[in-house]
Amino acid sequence: MNPPPATLSAPPDQTGRFGEFGGRFVPETLVPACQELEAAFNDAWNDPGFRQELHDVHVQYSGRPSILTECHNLGEQLGVRLILKREDLNHTGSHKINNVIGQALLAKRMGKKRIVADTGAGQHGVASATAAALMGLECKVYMGAVDVERQALNVFRMKLLGAEVESVESGSRTLKDAVNEAMRHWVANVSDTYFCLGSVVGPHPYPYMVRQFQSIIGDEAHEQIVEMTGAMPDVVVACVGGGSNAMGLFAGFVDEPSTRLVGVEPAGGAAVGRGTPGVVHGSRSYLMQDEVGQVEEALSISAGLDYPGVGPEHAHLAAIGRAEYPNVTDAEVIDAFRLLSETEGIIPALESAHAIAWLSREAHTMQSQTVLLNLSGRGDKDVAQMMDILADEFGVES
Amino acid sequence: MGRIDEEFRAKRAAGRKLLVPYITGGYPGWQDAIRACAANGADAVEIGIPFSDPVMDGPVIQAASQAALEAGVTPTSVLDEVPNLDVDIPLAVMTYYNLVHHPGPERFAANLARAGISGAILPDLPLEESGPWCEAADANGIETIMLAAPTAPDERLPLVAARARGFLYSVGLLGVTGERASLADTATALAARLKAITDVPVLVGVGVSNAEQAHQATRVADGVIQGASMVRRLMESGPDAVGDYVAEVRAAIDAD
Repeated sequence: MNPPPATLSAPPDQTGRFGEFGGRFVPETLVPACQELEAAFNDAWNDPGFRQELHDVHVQYSGRPSILTECHNLGEQLGVRLILKREDLNHTGSHKINNVIGQALLAKRMGKKRIVADTGAGQHGVASATAAALMGLECKVYMGAVDVERQALNVFRMKLLGAEVESVESGSRTLKDAVNEAMRHWVANVSDTYFCLGSVVGPHPYPYMVRQFQSIIGDEAHEQIVEMTGAMPDVVVACVGGGSNAMGLFAGFVDEPSTRLVGVEPAGGAAVGRGTPGVVHGSRSYLMQDEVGQVEEALSISAGLDYPGVGPEHAHLAAIGRAEYPNVTDAEVIDAFRLLSETEGIIPALESAHAIAWLSREAHTMQSQTVLLNLSGRGDKDVAQMMDILADEFGVES
Repeated sequence: MGRIDEEFRAKRAAGRKLLVPYITGGYPGWQDAIRACAANGADAVEIGIPFSDPVMDGPVIQAASQAALEAGVTPTSVLDEVPNLDVDIPLAVMTYYNLVHHPGPERFAANLARAGISGAILPDLPLEESGPWCEAADANGIETIMLAAPTAPDERLPLVAARARGFLYSVGLLGVTGERASLADTATALAARLKAITDVPVLVGVGVSNAEQAHQATRVADGVIQGASMVRRLMESGPDAVGDYVAEVRAAIDAD
């Protein structure tokens, strides 16, 4: 066993492990590529020039820092002090841009001409296509055929931004299959292609690298909430599929022992809550799998969260008891989607509505506490889907 | 020394080129296909244990795996059939690491040994992560066939070769399993690099798609592994077609 890191926000060990999770389980062809990426990322992350360039793009293009919004109406209704970190206000509509700008800058620095990405709801695909357009890179996005149908608007957006969208017909035709296809494409084109992973999953260094690129959420929020409230929040909460927005937020608070960390999973894709340790897509983590180890299909109303695994760092935080991972049902999510819209005038992404759903269910246990909730994305992309679901009730034609 | 190692070195010493077909376990007719391979000159057979997320496989083998999974195939149901195959050549399994990790390396290795399997190929388990598996495999007499890739720098290949048992799987190209119009230059180039540094038999797999390409590859390598071209025949025409094809490849690589 490796000794625990000095702080929970430390990098993983030299094998890419957070505790007993992580590692690098990839075809031999990709091992040198992962090693090259690890060296390139460490070099870039330690280079003030790279960090400055990243900062400048975030300020001038992504729209950072994102603000904090105190939700007086909903907070009062729930009996908590509710503060949202507004990642939905970022360019392209979600936290995904934080990671993709970082990886696209890195791809350019490594001399790659093309990025390949996988996407579920399309947020990461749109962010990848956006960054590629900005930086003059070619972009190919793999997306499960089911998601292509659910998220037609985002498919159009990606194409408009100049990306090639490849519909994946294999397996369950959702995010996990898009990841498989993107990895296969990477195996075949590893010399000139940069694989832009969208979450804190995959082989080392991806979980660590994506966390570092997303830690801007937690770092900003830490400073902002002290300024706003004069104290640490009692609870920070975010939704978890692969878990990148949650990891980014947690990074700012994981070494604050008084703050409770909550990652909310979909009931149909609760890798931490209902999974067991397994190895898929390059790392060892909690995984939804059957009795022999075949990976199960995750099912969620939110395409961005129906992923059967979770980032290895989340698995570690769960295993050591530092973070908790409850789950919510699709019905609770639909209610939460409406709740935030009606009380605060903010239509959340269905992903983010998971965090709101958990809070509205559990708020009675944290009365008068300060809750910082990451609103990871805006709901524009989900409006058509929700209109179908709510058409009768709202008296509209779907 | 394991059975594959022993037999392959002996055959190589006798001037024979080695032929290892891949057959997807659990796909209808798979047992007869393996018998047909053995009867027509295969030196070993690689049995695929279907996995839900086969990242190293292309469309043909993936489709066969998916069909087998949908029919309810499990690692146990495949291994249970192995003793009934009654073929006189060594058998190896090819699968993905989660199916080993799930029962645990010890139990998985013991299950293979009990079924009469000689070797294992785990394409998503690179050298750095292979420690626990290799230990369990060695303890159970299972030969771990390591993969070497064209992307590996020179200093990496001896480390991979040193850990290989049975034979060394020389990955023919950058890409996943599947048939290609011609043999990639990387196939012979990597085989030559490996032959220069190791005494372990070197077999080229991935992208070796017909008898002519197999012949080309064995001019440098000790043998070939053929997967997608076998499985496509099994899916389109059944086990006899696999046997005919093995005979054709056998004749081609014996031609020199």
